[in-house]
Amino acid sequence: MSLLSLIKPDRQADRQADRVVPPSGHTAWLTSFTAGAMAFLAVFALALSLAAGRLADRWSDALERTATVRLSAPEDQMDLQTKAVLAVLTTTPGIASARAMTDAEQRALLEPWFGPDLPVDALPLPRLIELTETGAGYDGEGLRQRLMAEAPGAVLDDHTRWRRPLAVAASRLRLLGLLSIGLIGTATAAMITLAASAALAANAQVVRVLRQVGARDAYIARAFVRRFTLRAISGAAGGTLLGMIGVALLPSTDSAGGFLTGLGFQGISWLYPLALPPLVAIVAFAATRAAAFRKLRELT
Amino acid sequence: MIAFDNVAYSYGGGELLSEITLRLAPGSFHFLTGPSGAGKSTFLKLCYGDLMPSAGRITLFDRDLRSLSRDDIALTRRRIGMVQQDCQFLDHLPLAANVALPLMVAGKPTVPQDLSDLLGWVGLGQLADAKPPSLSGGERQRAALARAIIIGPDVVLADEPTGNLDWEMSLRLLTLLVELNRMGKTVLIATHDLNLIRQAKSLVASRVLRISKRRVQLAGADL
Repeated sequence: MSLLSLIKPDRQADRQADRVVPPSGHTAWLTSFTAGAMAFLAVFALALSLAAGRLADRWSDALERTATVRLSAPEDQMDLQTKAVLAVLTTTPGIASARAMTDAEQRALLEPWFGPDLPVDALPLPRLIELTETGAGYDGEGLRQRLMAEAPGAVLDDHTRWRRPLAVAASRLRLLGLLSIGLIGTATAAMITLAASAALAANAQVVRVLRQVGARDAYIARAFVRRFTLRAISGAAGGTLLGMIGVALLPSTDSAGGFLTGLGFQGISWLYPLALPPLVAIVAFAATRAAAFRKLRELT
Repeated sequence: MIAFDNVAYSYGGGELLSEITLRLAPGSFHFLTGPSGAGKSTFLKLCYGDLMPSAGRITLFDRDLRSLSRDDIALTRRRIGMVQQDCQFLDHLPLAANVALPLMVAGKPTVPQDLSDLLGWVGLGQLADAKPPSLSGGERQRAALARAIIIGPDVVLADEPTGNLDWEMSLRLLTLLVELNRMGKTVLIATHDLNLIRQAKSLVASRVLRISKRRVQLAGADL
């Protein structure tokens, strides 16, 4: 008995086997509902996982090849030391470019915290110098020592302390999403196993009759496996569809204020949730088959 | 066909049947009698592999019952038609589908005309579409008999088939079983109804087995 044989609609033997199981019962809607609810949750877990992956990549890409030199100096020496720092940076192997940020750019960085009317000129703000690495990278420790010698107020921030925890957090978020999908699959298998066992126990008379007329365990199991697999795949299809609609209706990036940036599917990843119903069917097939044979041995 | 060699069966710590040695020959007609609780149903269950003996050897169609796998036992049951006192059906299926169930399970096609003829033979031709819960006791027994023989078994076992029937209906069922025997089927009927056994004597050459003191013996003329 294969999964394919269960979903081919023209298999007369399977259809006949299906007939021997009473058509209704609480396990019917329970299985469909469970598969649907689990598929719905799996869509969101998948979206979370994919979004976390994209977030990790974006943060890494954005921070990986840049660094900042923060220069604190008396106002009358600021320009002089800025030039000295830029001179050091432009002659340092592994640095592709370096430039001092303008007052407008620094104001834009501070605006979210202090508002748009910040008088940058009146505040003793450090000068920020942005540098971009080459692919080979630079010697961070050597650069620190050179800066200390040429501009004592300059501090190199290579973003490591920001980048690493962000990348780790994003990776763990992605792992959490995948783990959730695994747990959802396991819970689905457990629920369907319980439902199938309950159905077999409730249909003990059907099993007795079938055995009396010479039905093999495989025939009896097939009747239940087919029924539960079809219920599971139909429930999962509904849950997946609702989940995808739910993801599509999530607030856009702008209205979410950036926190939920990218949560959802993009491009070809919209196809990924479509794999959930077949996966649920495989889980249901395996779970019901195992439960059926186990229960049939008990019912001897 | 079905042979017992020094068979015993224990249940709940006590021995229900012991030292049973007999052979059901092809085409034979047997009655099995004895008081309630003597072990008649247990004997029949041993005959079609529903129970395993605790000692001795049972041979079904020349194969040791113990050596049969679960699938082998299922296939063997297709050669043994069973009619039980409390006939059970698939209540959600119509009578015709229930009667045809052995064919469906065996993957064999159901010929509508044959099915119709069989239902007519047992007097249920008008009830093909009825659901089992709506049938009377006699109708259920005859439906069970039709189901037991539709696949053409070599042996027909019947456990108190007339237990819930009036005398007229009992005779009708007995006649059907005798007809089957004349077609070459081996028939074994477990019953405590001695009048039925006496009536059968006038219709068919039968042997009567009696369970007494855990043993199966050939009954004498004291019936």
